[in-house]
Amino acid sequence: MAHEELFKGYEQTLPEHILKDIRENLPDKVNKAEVKEILEITQTEFDAALVDAGEAVGIVAAESIGEPGTQMTLNTFHFAGVAEMNVTTGLPRLIEILDASAAPKTPMMEIYLKAPYNKGKDIKKIAHKIKETKLKELISEFSINVLESWIAIVPDKKKLADLDMDIAKIKKLIEKGLKVNVEIDDDKLIIKPKDETLSEMHKIKEKIKGVYVSGLKTINHVLPIKREDEFIIVTAGTKLQDVLELDFVDPIRTTTNDVKEIASVLGIEAARSAIMIEVLKVINSQGLNVDIRHIMLVADIMCVSGLVNGITRYGVVSEKSSVLARASFETPLKHIIAAALSGEEDKLTSVIENVMLNQPIPSGTGLPKLMMKD
Amino acid sequence: MVEEYISKKVKSIIFSLQSPKMIKQMASAKIVTPELYDKEGYPVDGGLMDVRLGVIDPGLKCKTCGYKLKDCVGHFGYIELARPIIHIKFVNLVLSILRSICKDCGKPLAPPEKIESFGKQLKNAKEIGGQEAVRNKVKEIIKYLKTQTKCPHCNAAQLKITIEKPTTFIEDNKRISPIEIRTRLEKLDDEHCKLFGMHPDFAKPDWAILTVLPIPPATMRPSITLESGERSEDDLTHKLGDIVRINQRLFENINAGAPEIIVEDLWDLLQYHITTYFDNAVSQLPPARHRSGQPLKTLTARIKSKEGRIRHNLAGKRTNFSARTVISPDPYLKLNEVGVPMVIAMKLSVPERVTEWNIEYLKTFVDRGPTTYPGANYIVRPDGKKKKITSETKEALLEEIQPGFLIERHLLDGDISIFNRQPSLHRMSMMCHRIRVLPGKTLRLNPAVCHPYNADFDGDEMNLHIPQTEEARAEAEILMEVQTQLISPRYGLSVIGCNQDSLSGLFLLTKEGTTMLRKDAINLLHTIGIEDTSKLPTKDTVTGKEVASVIFPSDFSYSGYSKLYKKPKQGEANTNPKDAIVLINKGKLTSGVLDKNNLGEGKGLLLRTIHKKYGAEFAAKQLYQLFRLGIEYLTIHGFTVEFSDTDLPTEAKEHINQTLNDGVEQVKNLVKMYMNGELEALPGKTERETLELKILEVLNKARNTTGKIVEKEAVDSCTLTMVKSGARGNFLNLAQMAACVGQQAMRGKRIDKGYANRTLSCFRRGDLGPKAHGFIRNSFRSGLSPSEFFFAAMTGRDSLMDTALRTPKSGYLYRRLANAMQDLRVEYDRTVRDSSGRVVQFIYGSDGLDVSRSSGGTIDVKSIINTVCNIQAK
Repeated sequence: MAHEELFKGYEQTLPEHILKDIRENLPDKVNKAEVKEILEITQTEFDAALVDAGEAVGIVAAESIGEPGTQMTLNTFHFAGVAEMNVTTGLPRLIEILDASAAPKTPMMEIYLKAPYNKGKDIKKIAHKIKETKLKELISEFSINVLESWIAIVPDKKKLADLDMDIAKIKKLIEKGLKVNVEIDDDKLIIKPKDETLSEMHKIKEKIKGVYVSGLKTINHVLPIKREDEFIIVTAGTKLQDVLELDFVDPIRTTTNDVKEIASVLGIEAARSAIMIEVLKVINSQGLNVDIRHIMLVADIMCVSGLVNGITRYGVVSEKSSVLARASFETPLKHIIAAALSGEEDKLTSVIENVMLNQPIPSGTGLPKLMMKD
Repeated sequence: MVEEYISKKVKSIIFSLQSPKMIKQMASAKIVTPELYDKEGYPVDGGLMDVRLGVIDPGLKCKTCGYKLKDCVGHFGYIELARPIIHIKFVNLVLSILRSICKDCGKPLAPPEKIESFGKQLKNAKEIGGQEAVRNKVKEIIKYLKTQTKCPHCNAAQLKITIEKPTTFIEDNKRISPIEIRTRLEKLDDEHCKLFGMHPDFAKPDWAILTVLPIPPATMRPSITLESGERSEDDLTHKLGDIVRINQRLFENINAGAPEIIVEDLWDLLQYHITTYFDNAVSQLPPARHRSGQPLKTLTARIKSKEGRIRHNLAGKRTNFSARTVISPDPYLKLNEVGVPMVIAMKLSVPERVTEWNIEYLKTFVDRGPTTYPGANYIVRPDGKKKKITSETKEALLEEIQPGFLIERHLLDGDISIFNRQPSLHRMSMMCHRIRVLPGKTLRLNPAVCHPYNADFDGDEMNLHIPQTEEARAEAEILMEVQTQLISPRYGLSVIGCNQDSLSGLFLLTKEGTTMLRKDAINLLHTIGIEDTSKLPTKDTVTGKEVASVIFPSDFSYSGYSKLYKKPKQGEANTNPKDAIVLINKGKLTSGVLDKNNLGEGKGLLLRTIHKKYGAEFAAKQLYQLFRLGIEYLTIHGFTVEFSDTDLPTEAKEHINQTLNDGVEQVKNLVKMYMNGELEALPGKTERETLELKILEVLNKARNTTGKIVEKEAVDSCTLTMVKSGARGNFLNLAQMAACVGQQAMRGKRIDKGYANRTLSCFRRGDLGPKAHGFIRNSFRSGLSPSEFFFAAMTGRDSLMDTALRTPKSGYLYRRLANAMQDLRVEYDRTVRDSSGRVVQFIYGSDGLDVSRSSGGTIDVKSIINTVCNIQAK
């Protein structure tokens, strides 16, 4: 890199991404004086573009996210990769993220693989390992003998082989899952329930269908797709911790769209990034343009306390120190009564209380407290 | 002098319960009778409308403060309750405490060491987590205490206390009377109160049981006199009447020694009335109603919800000196001007202080009076007395005027105003404009500022406010004027740009091959207010680009792409037309058309660059000139949309026909395959779903191909100009008019609803073909068949529903965001903190850049390098 020594002096005063931008865009033939001038001009422009003290950045961020919200579409499903799997996007997804709701409506993971698997080696097998398989997917035949009251199932051998399973293993699984006796008869499994009524038999049949065979629970769908020049696995359903522990998974890039899960597995800083990434995804998918700083601030306010708090009356708003600010949002009486009992004091340090009292608000031009001497 | 200073400021507000003593002390009257007025219609002494509680009749004087209506703020009274009553809002608290303390000795059900440790834990919680943490801790403590069955202090066995909602407490199948409850609560020490999160200085548990009831001032429950002369009382007065009446009956019965059962019944009735007085929506109680059957609006309902006191009256304010009417466009106005109708200009006013130097000038306004423009409506004397100017008082007032008076004069051109359109979703929804008084009845604005307001002229109304103080005007002018809002804080690019006709005009003007006579060019430039035409080359005919160049300053350089530019694929030759790259070199537009990508709203860096280099004021002026140039040129050029715009050459038509036929044929094959069971299902999908997906894919592809053909083959027309310049519409719209409307999709699927197994009764059952599921093969030009029209209407209705459902949802999201983040601000040390001083970000946005001062969220390093190294864009 040309004239690197000149950059040294600006490392403290210019942010990294701008310096990087300059380095990348410098033409090949550039002399020292020019680099110096570029850096100087950048510095002056940067200094002129800094935020002022007192700027109500919170409101600006809220506006910047709320306003494009009116332009988003409702009920849109966006197809991830191929048409098989769809994800909630648009306004419902945005609300979901900002609510920090416990589970997303369409949980999804993107699993990156380590070499050589990311070039397509054993991709089908790997996908099968991750997907939760239930017994019903492996059975080719199902029959109930009403007279002798037993149930016979015939597993599909080919599918068994795909999963490294055999009939004995299946027998064990059923015995463990249903607490019934199972006999092997050639390639058939015979189940004799204790209770012989027909309705009970039917119930057991349904239960057998749902017996867990292999894979990670809650991952209902897997889809290996090619992105750029590597294979990744997209799943419906998420189980981050277990997936990260698999030895063929690249744990660094693998991710889920469930923010709460990220918070519990990877910690609060990861959750903050996840919120930013997910919000940005929604906004970009709608073809809107919102600066990352606003999204960052929302993610930060949701995560300052160390837990992921939604922008709801139970989350971020309940943490406010001011009684009146809380009361002005939702359920005012609850807050006022609680405050009265504990003799709470409202120091009037935020915006809404001062609006209520017709006093200047402590932000923007209301922040400096100056008085003219007469 | 009438100088106003804020001499007092509320520093903090402490919330507390009212003790019975305090209620009596602050009361100015004891209420003893439910009667309101005597025969003469005068308020009864000791009644609910007692004159000591404040006056609501004009002419009466308040007996407490001596003021008249409007000046008297009202005063509280009280009634002595015959028996204690439980306050509905504290039922949960009372229950928790009753369960947690000994019924005999009144101490919390924990050994002394444990109590002490609880106290310490609470203190810690307060220091670390504040009020919120304390509340959680209290819950924990109560959870422990209420499970104890024996008092560790006096060994008394504790019985289980249950509650029969809403207000009856049961212990061991016996009812605990409020008197008993009160005595138990009284036993609780101040020190132990803290365990329940109560601050004994501000709230004692026994205050949660009412023995006296404050009567709110008459001023907060005014009665209205109906036309018939009858008085109609406020809901609260009705409710209080009930309370007082039952209370008196209870007193009488107790004094007369009535049987217990009657007293109990009355007591319960009193409890009901007081409960509904506080909250008429308690789930276990029937709400108290008017005779007409509609529920009374009592205290809780007055505070709560959007129409309640807090959100409606405290957080939301009303204002004078404002106007609202329909808006209409006027491109001859400057960006920062607003056209105000004469009627409004003569109604709204600006206060102007009389000094020695302007007294004669201001007197002329007063002389013209309120009916001749520009006149004045009021004068305000230094003692604050406001006098209306009329033709009768005019002479006397003119005599009276001295320096120090205020004259409320009519609006003049150039006055400062704030212009607003709801919904005010971002700060550009309220901008400062300068007044231009115009004939007509509508407010007018330059169409270029429609975008930030999201306004159009299909009947939109907007509001105009006139700031009344010097400070307000200064802030509006410096912080809110249109030119200061050019760059959006959302994405750091211009929110105001050229639009509509102006873009079409500029496109036609700057497009390759446009020429005009020099004298016409000068004429054109003069109409948009440019007098210095020396930049125009001295030739007989000049090109359009040369005309547009006159506007740019001669040291301005810029490079960018126009809408025509398509990024060449790797390895392919650059096939872009000459106008694809916009180059301005030293103020000369050398190549490229000016279109939406450079001048549009929220796009392109041309306006951003001008803004940065020459400042907001200049950028606004420049934008105005470009805008006008476009419109003026278009006026000369002529512009129309006609049927023949959708004409296509015969081959193209055939090509389109062929494509669509192919598509339909492919669908037929797919359906056949599906019917024969030959269609292979995609993983995770049924065969039917797979078929749907494939059909959709085929038909969309067919439509897109027709779109491409149209794009290539469309005859040059005004419609095409609009599409190309970005003024309105896109190629898809054009294709829909000329070639094929395409598949109508609802929720990402083909139309599938209607009758059993078919969408409309004109189709065969089970028909899976394109036509039966909403594929519109016709174009708008050829006309839609009845079934096609119906399908189009279906999707149209669906999208209307979508909008109607979305608006409240996104509105609520916005409200929550704004409420959660309103106190975040940048401090002097550059950190972002909330109102309690908690750091949210150590530096705003990780680099401290203000988005509205950046170029699209960062510093435009490229252009700096280009200027320094003097590089021309390729």
